[in-house]
Amino acid sequence: MNTEKSNFTFKGGIHPEYFKALTSEVALRKIEPPQYLFVPMQQHLGAPAKILVKPGDEVKRNQRIGEQNGHVSSAVHAPLSGKVSALTTVPTANGRLAPAVIIELNGNEESEKYEPFKEWQSASEKEMLARIAEAGVVGMGGAGFPTQVKLSPPAGKKIDTLIINGAECEPYLTADHRMMVEHAAEIHIGIEILRNVLGARNVRLAIEDNKPDAIQAMEKALQKMTGDVAVSVLKTSYPQGAEKQQIFSVTGREVPCGGLPMDVGCVVENVSTAYAVYDAIINGQPLTHRAVTVTGDAVENPSNLWVPTGTHYHHLIAACGGTLGQATKIIAGGPMMGFAVTGLDIPTTKTSSGLLCLSSHRVPQFASHACISCGRCVEACPMRLIPSELSQFIEAEDIESAERIALLDCVECGSCAYVCPAHRPLVQHFRRGKGVVLVKRAMVGGKK
Amino acid sequence: MDSITTSTLCIGGIGLVSAAALAIADKFLTVPEDPRLAKVLELLPGANCGGCGFAGCADYAKAMVLKGVETNLCAPAGSASAKAIAVLLGLDAGRNPERRVALVLCCGDFTEAVRRSKYNGIAECAAAQAVAGGDKGCTYGCLGYASCVRVCPVQAIRLEKGIAQVNKHRCISCGKCVATCPRKLIKLVPYKAEIHVLCSNPEKGPVVKKVCGTGCIGCKMCAKLAPEAITMDGFLAKVDYTKELKNPELIVKCPGKCIRSA
Repeated sequence: MNTEKSNFTFKGGIHPEYFKALTSEVALRKIEPPQYLFVPMQQHLGAPAKILVKPGDEVKRNQRIGEQNGHVSSAVHAPLSGKVSALTTVPTANGRLAPAVIIELNGNEESEKYEPFKEWQSASEKEMLARIAEAGVVGMGGAGFPTQVKLSPPAGKKIDTLIINGAECEPYLTADHRMMVEHAAEIHIGIEILRNVLGARNVRLAIEDNKPDAIQAMEKALQKMTGDVAVSVLKTSYPQGAEKQQIFSVTGREVPCGGLPMDVGCVVENVSTAYAVYDAIINGQPLTHRAVTVTGDAVENPSNLWVPTGTHYHHLIAACGGTLGQATKIIAGGPMMGFAVTGLDIPTTKTSSGLLCLSSHRVPQFASHACISCGRCVEACPMRLIPSELSQFIEAEDIESAERIALLDCVECGSCAYVCPAHRPLVQHFRRGKGVVLVKRAMVGGKK
Repeated sequence: MDSITTSTLCIGGIGLVSAAALAIADKFLTVPEDPRLAKVLELLPGANCGGCGFAGCADYAKAMVLKGVETNLCAPAGSASAKAIAVLLGLDAGRNPERRVALVLCCGDFTEAVRRSKYNGIAECAAAQAVAGGDKGCTYGCLGYASCVRVCPVQAIRLEKGIAQVNKHRCISCGKCVATCPRKLIKLVPYKAEIHVLCSNPEKGPVVKKVCGTGCIGCKMCAKLAPEAITMDGFLAKVDYTKELKNPELIVKCPGKCIRSA
């Protein structure tokens, strides 16, 4: 094990104000569970899970209530014991509706047991992948890609590097930071398991240099690991935690246009995912809880909470002492890539990393203007796209031209919109344009 | 010769030679065009709306003349034109559908429907819909960012108190607005139909009432008064346009105030 300082970093990016000090020293705290949990069946990328329970059923903690439905899908478990009061649809953070199971909690401590792996070192990777799938582990950095799918690359793709993402480059969020400080030993075992399953030669734990305590904790935890393992200290820059930018910063490899990390022999997993993998294999505990940062200048006590999935946002805010005055804008996730929400009766999911409540001081209102061709967005774009031109094509409904200059490579990090002096809603244009392209592609049967 | 004469002669000469070349080319290289093409084109409205599924009127005319495509695909031209074209081309006129017009199935304007958040992004319905499902309290109603107004080739749609309204006398039934609306609120209904249920919210009454003053609350009164023409789809009344609906008292009696004439 050693520590390496990354010599290079990705091109572009921005340096927003981070506001992480609000919660970076606040230890994770379990919350008092609410009366009802609204557990969505769509907490991951892919098909929603198939509901296995019906109203009136008693469910135990950790009982599987949603079944994996297709290859790219994930199981869902009851976070706590209770009685199913209804099956319904709930709004999710991105404004869509998802099927959900409402559980009225009864405080019962009884739990469904999964047999932990005693000797995981000798277990086959197939067994471990099956357990990871069974436990409903998904990528917890935000996209929620089912982990068992990510860990079984198609034949012919050789994975030599496992990157564990502890960058947490989004302003305000500190959930992953606290996980690394408080659960370094568990994350270490999770990393060992992930390395075994993937058969990767190198392991890099990427952390931005603004979290010295996390770097120290992880260095200590990984001390005993053999082989090519290193804590990779990255420059603090947004979006350092984005998969493709991080691969470049850590390994110097560039994921090709339209490609995936496995095309350059890498798999990137979030630190919280490593923890969830540890929990699934060593404790037989499915993924039902996660760390959520509730922060912002409109929250009484910004905190890092350990939250069962399916908890309504208003319960989280209440657990942090409520709001100070009026919160003008509430964002699920971080301020750069999160989703502004219109209500607080939205449940948390396996991918909810934060809840941000901002007062009117932090939410300036802009009028957007025509592009002045200053080129700042081109400098800021970490994917080396031309946001100004892309947005003008999309405004003119010329989606095909936008597609030609790699609209689909946009990762929606928001760096362009952050620097735009004309306050153009660039990312919103790209999201809309990408939606049009994806619908069109789906219509022609997935052909390019 | 002075320069004026030289240039006059040169330009004139080039003109003569080119004219001769064009005359010869016209004689020997001409591509015979079906004379019926121009006639068919004359019978089409020339709005190039694309409602027939072809790239404009000329393309559709070509398809009819050369490939024998049905003649009744052009809604703006109407049945008389379809028949005339069929006679001209010796094709079967086919069944002529009655005239249909677009209708926005929402009447929750800004005096009645609540907005649940402030939205200051791109003024376009699909973009607004993508931000937390839209700023309108009713997640089924017209967002009012005028995407359909902009796409209408004959300016038949305008915004009135924040919701889109179709002028049915101008509508040529091309269907562009139907495809544009991200909430699938616009439907093509018979021109003759006069009474409509202008709501698309399938939720129960109290849920609708919370977000809109003019929504269908699922009371079933209209279905009782006109059982043959109005059916209940869950908690939302729907007009069956294949049946005749001549109950003007519905408009006054609807407690949700969403049955209206248009």
